[in-house]
Amino acid sequence: MSVAPMLEIRDLHVAINGTEILRGVDLTMDRGTVHAIMGPNGSGKSTLAQVLAGHPAYEVTAGTVRYEGQDLLDMAPEERARAGVFLAFQYPVEVRGITNSYFLRSAVNAIRKHKGQPELDALDFLEVLEEKLKAIGWDDSFLNRPVNEGFSGGEKKRNEILQLAVLEPRLAILDETDSGLDIDALKTVAAAVNTLRSPARAFLVVTHYQRLLDHITPDFVHVLADGRMVRSGGPELAHELEAKGYDWLRDGAVVS
Amino acid sequence: MTSIEAQVLQPYKYGFETNIESEIVPPGLNEDVIRLISTKKGEPEWMLEWRLKAYRQWVRTTEPHWANVRYGPIDYQAISYYAAPKRGPELTSLSDVDPKLIETFDKLGIPIEEQKRLAGVAVDAVFDSVSVATTFRAELAKSGVIFCPISEAIREHPDLVREYLGSVVPANDNFFAALNSAVFTDGSFVYVPKGVRCPLELSTYFRINARATGQFERTLIIADAGSYVSYLEGCSAPTRDENQLHAAVVELVAHDDATIKYSTIQNWYPGDAEGRGGIYNFVTKRGKCAGRRSKISWTQVETGSAITWKYPGCILQGDDSIGEFYSVAVTSQRQQADTGTKMIHLGRNTRSTIVSKGISAGLGQNTYRGLVKILKGADGARNYSQCDSMLIGDRCGAHTFPYIDVRNSTAIMEHEASTSKIGEDQIFYLRQRGLSAEDAVSLIVNGFCKQVFRELPMEFAVEAQRLLGISLEGSVG
Repeated sequence: MSVAPMLEIRDLHVAINGTEILRGVDLTMDRGTVHAIMGPNGSGKSTLAQVLAGHPAYEVTAGTVRYEGQDLLDMAPEERARAGVFLAFQYPVEVRGITNSYFLRSAVNAIRKHKGQPELDALDFLEVLEEKLKAIGWDDSFLNRPVNEGFSGGEKKRNEILQLAVLEPRLAILDETDSGLDIDALKTVAAAVNTLRSPARAFLVVTHYQRLLDHITPDFVHVLADGRMVRSGGPELAHELEAKGYDWLRDGAVVS
Repeated sequence: MTSIEAQVLQPYKYGFETNIESEIVPPGLNEDVIRLISTKKGEPEWMLEWRLKAYRQWVRTTEPHWANVRYGPIDYQAISYYAAPKRGPELTSLSDVDPKLIETFDKLGIPIEEQKRLAGVAVDAVFDSVSVATTFRAELAKSGVIFCPISEAIREHPDLVREYLGSVVPANDNFFAALNSAVFTDGSFVYVPKGVRCPLELSTYFRINARATGQFERTLIIADAGSYVSYLEGCSAPTRDENQLHAAVVELVAHDDATIKYSTIQNWYPGDAEGRGGIYNFVTKRGKCAGRRSKISWTQVETGSAITWKYPGCILQGDDSIGEFYSVAVTSQRQQADTGTKMIHLGRNTRSTIVSKGISAGLGQNTYRGLVKILKGADGARNYSQCDSMLIGDRCGAHTFPYIDVRNSTAIMEHEASTSKIGEDQIFYLRQRGLSAEDAVSLIVNGFCKQVFRELPMEFAVEAQRLLGISLEGSVG
């Protein structure tokens, strides 16, 4: 039985305000796998994450992205979300006056409605929420706070992972989730991500540093530089980068 | 226009016109017109004299232009000052109301037929210059509450009207108040006796229908000692190319330990995308906390009108009295609003709270203007003010003019202000979680206005939500 990959990126070119950021990216991900994208600042890592989620500021100038057999680039951001694509933002946005739990319920119900499932009322949803919190070992302290308002950097990142846990995506993209976290917060977030790994769910972990990958062990590591994938390998590649930095990859020939 | 702007620039839904035979006096304003209005309303001589005095004051004053709004000159002689649907014999019950009027108010979501009336809400329906129906009057009378058109109160309760009319907003208060005092036609009168908690929400719905007319609403609410009343006004008008004037005066008086909660959902026709037509809403609203521990709370949701000029305020005269002002003002297309409040602290330990939320979209210009004045005798007075502006798109404007005048060193003043912009990034974040762009805008606007919406009576919070096209946050969560 041949199964199409979950995500298939072919020769992806992306520009913002006329400047090309991604210059031909290829990536194939199967269900249940964890891929890490590493690379120096300005290499296009975050652009890749944003484009997969459908940020309107980026223009895809060439290439294709297929997700579960569908043309991902043809889908609106909310359609991608409802089809199971989730982006944990590098810079989560504040929504004043709206509690986290209300926001989460709105999101869950938008997705349930799309799937033809009945919407959850506040009480039913609270049950779901408590179960998820228990699974990742967190308390309910930020459920009744406004979305990301007044949150510390670490709390915002934790909140992204809580949303991931509740929305149960099939493809989770983590964009620099480790940035701004101290080591304890990093461990907490990584532990939560690890409990959310499953054969049906793939992770694309975008990070500058190897330290997150000490806690979330990837199946594959890819290095992005100047808008191209310059090296792919196993988890050991991350350690090599940690030891040598990124410069040695730039001088050599492009390896794909 | 960005996609976000398109979400908030929804077409006006109340622009229909009722085709009904009306009696309209010829345009123009002079003492004869005022005599005519007074005669049509069957008013006593003192009322006519009061009007004429106001008219003579109006003639001597000039239209104010300090507000941050721009409009062409108003020709006061081109406006008709009285328009009323023609009717047969005197109304004796609601079943005598012209079916066309019933249908009109039905379409506006204001059922005035007894069998369809809103549960728990008594309604006074004002069409152009006259009140056409007032529901639940008998039931209110059982607890001694008077709720009737002000025209009727002048005839039936002259002592109360004479005592209080103009006691909070004197005829010479300002140009528009003087004009209103001279020519006011209808509005509501409420009296809640000592110790009575008004058993129903009271509500007046104002509808402008006739062309080339002005509407001059006059409302007077008196809460006697220890009483409580919650009152709401709503309004709308047909879509027209011309500008129409709505110059209202509302006066509230709260005696010892009384509370008045006054809510407004203002949805006058705002004009079209090019700025043609729309209502000029020039309104003077003021409450006097005359008694100790009295409280007046203004809540307004202002979504309509081409121009809004409105500063509902409180005179905090009684010791320990409380004034509140909660406002959401939305300006889109070419709407201009200059609105805010005045809190005048006279009594000891008086407290006031101001929460103002301005939302600007399209080419809308939104100004908050507020005065907090603490007078010498107001020992221990406190004020908290919060002014937040939200911009949608990059062609609109938000302006804030807070005036603070403190003459007592024991006063405690707090002021907070913020300006934010709904950005593509915020919308994208919410869409990435599965919400549609419309729902994303709704959620953001809803969160922004939440502090104000929760002050509205439940029945009307739903109306406000519908008006802004937004979903109210559930009670749990």
